Amino acid sequence: MATHYCPGCHHGIIHRLVAEVIDELGVRDKAIGVASVGCSVLAYEYFTIDMFQAAHGRAPAVATGIKRVHSDATVFTYQGDGDLAAIGCGEIVHAAARGEKITTIFVNNAIYGMTGGQMAPTTLVNQVTTTSPYGRNLENSGMPIRISEMLSTIDGAKFIARVAVNNPTNMSKAKQAIKRAFEIQLRGEGFTMVEILSTCPTNWGKSPVEAATWLEENLIPYYPLGIFKAPEEVVK
Amino acid sequence: MAEKILMKGNEAIGEAAIIAGCRHYFGYPITPQTELTEYMSKRMSNIGGVFVQAESEVAAINMVYGAAGAGARAMTSSSSPGISLKQEGISYIAGAELPCVIVNIMRGGPGLGSIQPSQCDYFQATKGGGHGDYRNIVLAPNSVQELADITVLSFELADEYRNPVMLLGDGALGQMMEPVDLTMIKTKNIVSKPWAATGLRGRKDPNIINSLHLKPENLEKHNIHLQEKYKEIRSKEVRYEAINTEDAELIMIAYGITSRIARSAMDMARNKGMKVGLLRPITLWPFPELVISKLAIRAQAFLTVELSAGQMVEDVRLAVNGAKPVYFYGRMGGMMPSPKEIYEQIVNIMYGKGGL
Repeated sequence: MATHYCPGCHHGIIHRLVAEVIDELGVRDKAIGVASVGCSVLAYEYFTIDMFQAAHGRAPAVATGIKRVHSDATVFTYQGDGDLAAIGCGEIVHAAARGEKITTIFVNNAIYGMTGGQMAPTTLVNQVTTTSPYGRNLENSGMPIRISEMLSTIDGAKFIARVAVNNPTNMSKAKQAIKRAFEIQLRGEGFTMVEILSTCPTNWGKSPVEAATWLEENLIPYYPLGIFKAPEEVVK
Repeated sequence: MAEKILMKGNEAIGEAAIIAGCRHYFGYPITPQTELTEYMSKRMSNIGGVFVQAESEVAAINMVYGAAGAGARAMTSSSSPGISLKQEGISYIAGAELPCVIVNIMRGGPGLGSIQPSQCDYFQATKGGGHGDYRNIVLAPNSVQELADITVLSFELADEYRNPVMLLGDGALGQMMEPVDLTMIKTKNIVSKPWAATGLRGRKDPNIINSLHLKPENLEKHNIHLQEKYKEIRSKEVRYEAINTEDAELIMIAYGITSRIARSAMDMARNKGMKVGLLRPITLWPFPELVISKLAIRAQAFLTVELSAGQMVEDVRLAVNGAKPVYFYGRMGGMMPSPKEIYEQIVNIMYGKGGL
């Protein structure tokens, strides 16, 4: 289906993977999503499930309220890096610390998309954005935050993985990770998050193909893919 | 049978919320309302309810947004600086038309201010507070019994109008102990909420809880709808108490704890033969403006008494609309006026500089 996203943006792929997992797990009837501020603010238009639109950064708090009312629901937030790693850093850390039984889909493209390409906490050193026009400066702005590594130190976080959707193999791994995160939520074990490295061709100033290459050559080396934390799986 | 127990104001709010069917409380400690947060932490676990101590006031109000949007009767509470932090969330709740109860037990400001009673958040409570054209229903009780009664009413009005309701008290009301009868409180059944996002659960069309309307014509339509709702609330929900206003030459206007001090001053003046009355707004929004404008036909003057530099007095002046003089007396920073202090203002107005 056509989306409002720019050509080469990965949101459409990620939406599809999340939707497929919801259907494969048979939880569509009890799924509740929380769309956040940023390009994915309209995510609720692409899922046939009940959804909320939350203020910038507050999706984990909103999801907490929802899950505490409907403990049998499958609740997820869908957040970008500006939303989750900057203004919403407090909410995501404490949702994880409480072991909130929700799943966060964290789309990291190292830039603010909707506001037109400003520096994010995840912007790489020397990366040019509209608010780091000479490249992100370590002295002025510090190093980019590795959210998955940080959250995996929190006890309440039960599954933390970083994936990408830049090729079919990675898409398959991304879907497996999303599915596993939802399954762990369904088992009531605690907080789960899948970080998905993503492109922003428009604000990176690259073609979709160039953007995919830039992701492989720059983002993945700084943000390594893999599973940072997972529970001992139930032996069947 | 009536059964009065001695309770602290903050705790009476908590117990009344439970009677009203509130099972979801999200809060953060701040003086002078902390007893309410503590009370909910104790009681919610006894009755199978949900208590979450949020990491911030910002998170707490957004948990309320989630719970209210998911169909629950949800509440949060705080005091002035904490309410400032909640304003973003309150604007979203108003925009998404979610029912919830927000308790503000006011303290002195601006900034960190003090922990003493104050009424300096009147503007913030009644004029919006957060961004956008919206209104909260604002209720101002003046006793521990009324704190309880109005807590229940707050949940009912919130559900009826799908609107945030703010219970506006102050540090004195929150901290004082008075006999309260909770057995007499009647509650309406919780209304069904077909709009709530609960998971589809067999429903065909998704429910979306949202305050985003990207097309200008859609957002204007939504705002017109909100303003129509506020107009209906203005016409139906004005509440006040009028004491000795029928023959009064001077009418005092005061709410909350201040109304009780003003009432003592009124009694002192009446004992000296002065015709003084008291109008106590119980709803600060909608404000009893029509009542005041009618009183302005016969009364000679008004005296607004507040624990602020003069906030409600602006609404009183709008209602009086220049027909009669409106005087103001206020204390700030947690200072409370004595009845004698207010009495002296009454004497000044009635007999000072040529009298009324």
